[in-house]
Amino acid sequence: MRNLLKNPHLTGWLLASPLALVLLAFLVLPIAMIVVVSFWGATEFSIYPAFLFDNYEFLFGSPVTYSVFFNTFKYAAITWAFTLVIGFTVAYFLAFHVRTLTWQVALFLLCTIPFWTSNIIRMISWIPFLGRNGLANSTLISWGVIDEPLEWLLFSDFSVILAFVHLYTLFMVVPIFNTMMRIDRSLIEAAYDNGASGFQTLTNVIIPLTKPGIMIGSIFVVTLVMGDFITVRFMSGSQSANVGRLISNDIALLQYPSAAATAVVLLATVLLIIAVLLRFVDIRKEL
Amino acid sequence: MSGKRPRSFYILAGFFTLFLLFLYGPTMTIGILSFQGPEGGLTFPMRGVSTYWFADLFRQQAVGDIWGSFSRSLVLGLMVMVTSVVVSIMGGLAFRKRFAGSSVIFYLVITSLVIPSILISLGVGLIFSQSGLTVHWSTSGYGSQLTWTLPFGLLIMFAVFNRFDPSYEEAARDQGANGWQTIRHVVLPIIAPSLIGVALFGFTLSYDEFARTLLTSGSYNTLPLEIYGMTTNVTTPVIFALGTLTTAFSFAIIAIFLALAWIQAKRRKKQGSDAGKGLV
Repeated sequence: MRNLLKNPHLTGWLLASPLALVLLAFLVLPIAMIVVVSFWGATEFSIYPAFLFDNYEFLFGSPVTYSVFFNTFKYAAITWAFTLVIGFTVAYFLAFHVRTLTWQVALFLLCTIPFWTSNIIRMISWIPFLGRNGLANSTLISWGVIDEPLEWLLFSDFSVILAFVHLYTLFMVVPIFNTMMRIDRSLIEAAYDNGASGFQTLTNVIIPLTKPGIMIGSIFVVTLVMGDFITVRFMSGSQSANVGRLISNDIALLQYPSAAATAVVLLATVLLIIAVLLRFVDIRKEL
Repeated sequence: MSGKRPRSFYILAGFFTLFLLFLYGPTMTIGILSFQGPEGGLTFPMRGVSTYWFADLFRQQAVGDIWGSFSRSLVLGLMVMVTSVVVSIMGGLAFRKRFAGSSVIFYLVITSLVIPSILISLGVGLIFSQSGLTVHWSTSGYGSQLTWTLPFGLLIMFAVFNRFDPSYEEAARDQGANGWQTIRHVVLPIIAPSLIGVALFGFTLSYDEFARTLLTSGSYNTLPLEIYGMTTNVTTPVIFALGTLTTAFSFAIIAIFLALAWIQAKRRKKQGSDAGKGLV
């Protein structure tokens, strides 16, 4: 019995068992269920067990699918580019231009606090800005830049991407700042001593050393945008679609098998992208 | 490094200020607009200043079941918080040594983090409906939210244990402490500040979670679901008042957690190391 308790595998399993149980019940089984149901059939009111490829045939046969997937990738790519540039600049400022640790921590917290507040409220809060009579339009009109309110500010691709950048830039700032803080400052001094300009130090020393943080941030942003349905629905005023909305629309119509098939394809796409990104970074080492 | 700041500092500081304005500006705007007069609308100009819309929240007929959903979100947040802390500590301890299957669990944790939330909602909802169970925020909703809070808790624990100096434990063991005593009196006090972080993540992520609760909370809404419902049928500043209140509540929670962390850090500094002050 004592030897059994000393078994390192056993203590590991015991300690990890609550975690494993939660993940089994609320992650593995739901995914399995979705895969199973994606082969089921549906009538207008109910779904029934079957082994049909109808849902996938319909999905891949419809031109809507491709345009919606394209739209999803478009949102992900544009949001990724903006959050990367903004997030990197903010993290760079915090890590290399703010001199005392107290200020670094204080300003860093200021950047992260919105993460702990409601996304929906933060989306709603754009309405008074972007609406037809909103702050942006009335300011531009009073400056004489435009004569009529811009219609594309709210309920457009513009507002969708603005909201994404607003919600998710934090996910870039945090990991990039974390990696930057671990860069040995003497490497930067060495670069300066060897005659590198500030820009050369940035491109040849800091950016390569920050890559793991950039990768982790990219994983967060890309998966959050690709899996989103609520931001697109709300900020586009139901005028644009992405894959998440395709799924949620099917759910609203009780077409669960069709929703499940779309979900399987979305999950496969997301995991494929993550697998590629994970090749560039060892997450456990970077924490 | 001291002395005159380079010009790039001022440019970057300006950029940073704009970023903060971008982050907080909209929230502050709805904060202001929630004090609209009774005739005011969803945008400027302000038609008087009043607390009319806050008072509106307390009138039952005006809006849905806000206070019921708030108390459900609060209880659920506390449940998720406690579970996240306990399970993350255990998971973090487990992952300090390799055990058979540890990498499988690790990749499941990553999957849990990156999987689109609506898939959890859909999958859990389907399992419950097909097996004849009723979805409820305290069962299916609770489990679904854990798939979002636990990965964050575990990543924090990984970061903590990566930096953990095992010689503390060795010292405890050398002095005759058993496994449980080592964890209780040495490991837990050292990692306590990060547990505050795990708790903060657990509570706030649950309190604000929308997508994972959408199909798993049943007939009783949590607060984010209630707010979302309001966005489609409420066209008065009452929604801003609600937004301001719940954001203020979030800020208060964050402030409490930060204060806890600060007090703990200070207490630790005061007690400090007792090296050299030993009995002998």
